[in-house]
Amino acid sequence: MSAETSLPPSRARLSITLGRIVRPVARFAGSSGQAVLAVAIVTLVVVISLLAFGACVMDTHITALDPLKMNIRARLEPPSAEHWMGTDKIGRDMLARVVAGSWISLSVSFAVLAVAAVIGTSFGLIAGYAGGLADEILMRVTDLFLAFPALILAAAIAASFGGGMVSTTIALAAVFWPWYARLIRSRILSLKEQEFIAATRCMGASHLRLIFSDLLPMVWPLVIVQATTDVGFVILAASGLSFLGLGAQPPTPEWGAMIFDSLTHQPASWWLAVFPGGAIAFVAIGFNLLGDSLRDHLDPSLGASEAGI
Amino acid sequence: MLRFVLRRTAATLVLLAGVVLMTFALARLLPGDPARLIAGARADAEAVAAVRERLGLDDPVITQFTAYAGNVLQGDFGRSVVTRRPISEDILTFFPATLELVLVAGLISLLLGVILGTLAAVKSGRPADAGVRSVAVLGLSVPDFWIALVFQLIFFATLGLVPFGGRLGTGIAAPDFVTGFMTVDSLIAGRFDLFTDALHHMILPVAVLAIPSMAITIRVVRTSLLEVLSQDFIRTARSKGISPARVYFKHALGNALLPIVTIFGLNTGLLISGAVFIELIFNWPGLGRYTANAISASDYNAIMAITLVVSVAYTLINFLVDLSYSFLDPRVDLT
Repeated sequence: MSAETSLPPSRARLSITLGRIVRPVARFAGSSGQAVLAVAIVTLVVVISLLAFGACVMDTHITALDPLKMNIRARLEPPSAEHWMGTDKIGRDMLARVVAGSWISLSVSFAVLAVAAVIGTSFGLIAGYAGGLADEILMRVTDLFLAFPALILAAAIAASFGGGMVSTTIALAAVFWPWYARLIRSRILSLKEQEFIAATRCMGASHLRLIFSDLLPMVWPLVIVQATTDVGFVILAASGLSFLGLGAQPPTPEWGAMIFDSLTHQPASWWLAVFPGGAIAFVAIGFNLLGDSLRDHLDPSLGASEAGI
Repeated sequence: MLRFVLRRTAATLVLLAGVVLMTFALARLLPGDPARLIAGARADAEAVAAVRERLGLDDPVITQFTAYAGNVLQGDFGRSVVTRRPISEDILTFFPATLELVLVAGLISLLLGVILGTLAAVKSGRPADAGVRSVAVLGLSVPDFWIALVFQLIFFATLGLVPFGGRLGTGIAAPDFVTGFMTVDSLIAGRFDLFTDALHHMILPVAVLAIPSMAITIRVVRTSLLEVLSQDFIRTARSKGISPARVYFKHALGNALLPIVTIFGLNTGLLISGAVFIELIFNWPGLGRYTANAISASDYNAIMAITLVVSVAYTLINFLVDLSYSFLDPRVDLT
């Protein structure tokens, strides 16, 4: 007798549900060398950032994990067995700060992409589905946001809102949503012409039903793939804003802000810039590879990477 | 053709009006009372009211906007808090240094991007393709301000191959201002020593600035070439016995030109953004460093002026790119 049939019904259902999630992920992760690497990096980063969040919430005061613990006698120490990434100008442990920074970067980029994806998808859905004047107006608004170089617009918005993490989130969401609007609109335009939509309409389906139960399920995988690729870009942009002094404020252990702080100690204290920047690059590489492999996996016709890396 | 040009011109004018409206809205969002800011913290209520009156802050929003748009059209952006000079003068002073950097980096990234992207498409699925694609992923993932610092550590601090920053060595007088391009001006002045010094100072900033846009160009060239190469006319050209080089560079690249030109336009935005970081780190006296300083000094007038000027320039560049479509591909007119 197999294990599954002997389970009580509720647990059997759970294991089927889990299987539905786990199996495609496993199939994807095994699809190419690039996918394996991407899943490994992203899993590692997410686990580390959750641990950092846990340590922060629990307020554990484990010295090795406290990004704000100062020690004036151990300032600007190069990497050693005790401080793997050295210490900063007031003796804070760099490893603890880099680890804590992972939670900040990931949570900001998820918040940015959630806002951008919801606004962009709504714009794209309405513009593509309604067409006509509504489409024209919504797309002109989208064009307007794309008329600015991204970082310049983000900096201007963040400055207008007075800087800080909330400003950063608003500023970056304002820069990223137009891409979702365009992506979804063009997909809706081609889906709208297909027969199953006409058939559903003939059956008397309402607009809301068409949008939410027929069109939305067809476009959200696109949104997920786009958002996965964008995590890396949002982290880069957010750290860039912090580097300019518009994002996280001290003593928050944000990677971009840490690199800016290191400028006055260059090039003697190289570890102050090398490790936070390396962390940004590591996370961005992971999400870029993940986005690329997801795209290939879901749409092999694009033929981007049969060979992997 | 004329209809296409007229339509794009009208759309661009609407867009430019939108850009002015948006910077106006952002400037009004600013934290704090601008009249209080100008009058000073110790001014009494009457003095603040006087400033408010003078700036027209009590006028209806429409009146304020037309006044703002009028000033902007005359190139009047107010004064910078940092330099205490009119911002329009500052922009003219600092612009050539940035243009020199962006032009050279833009051309290099385009050239390398097209060559490497073509190589990757031609050798699709082979080690060369994997290598080029890794370069592209790295170029898109590694923050440029970090590459700048790491390159400084390696090539200046450790190897001593290049200078730390600036446009010329310390204590060396710049040649007479003609174009504002240090390399060109030194040649006009007949000073070859200054020319090599200026080039020497450009190597690192240009290299770092070119990386992200090169990475994007590689991707676009590779994808659009792969698409073209799979079409029938390429197979026909090959079977006619035309040399592979001619097939790739004339037939294939010619038909993949639109996305490449488009990405060149979009890359100017990337280069302008990158210049803010690169100029700050390499102490390059251009608009980028001016912007970074304005941000850290909360010089809102300057930030908004630069946002406006840069975005208008960016919109115009992309307008020219749009127009070039109809020269590159006559079929565009039909749409």
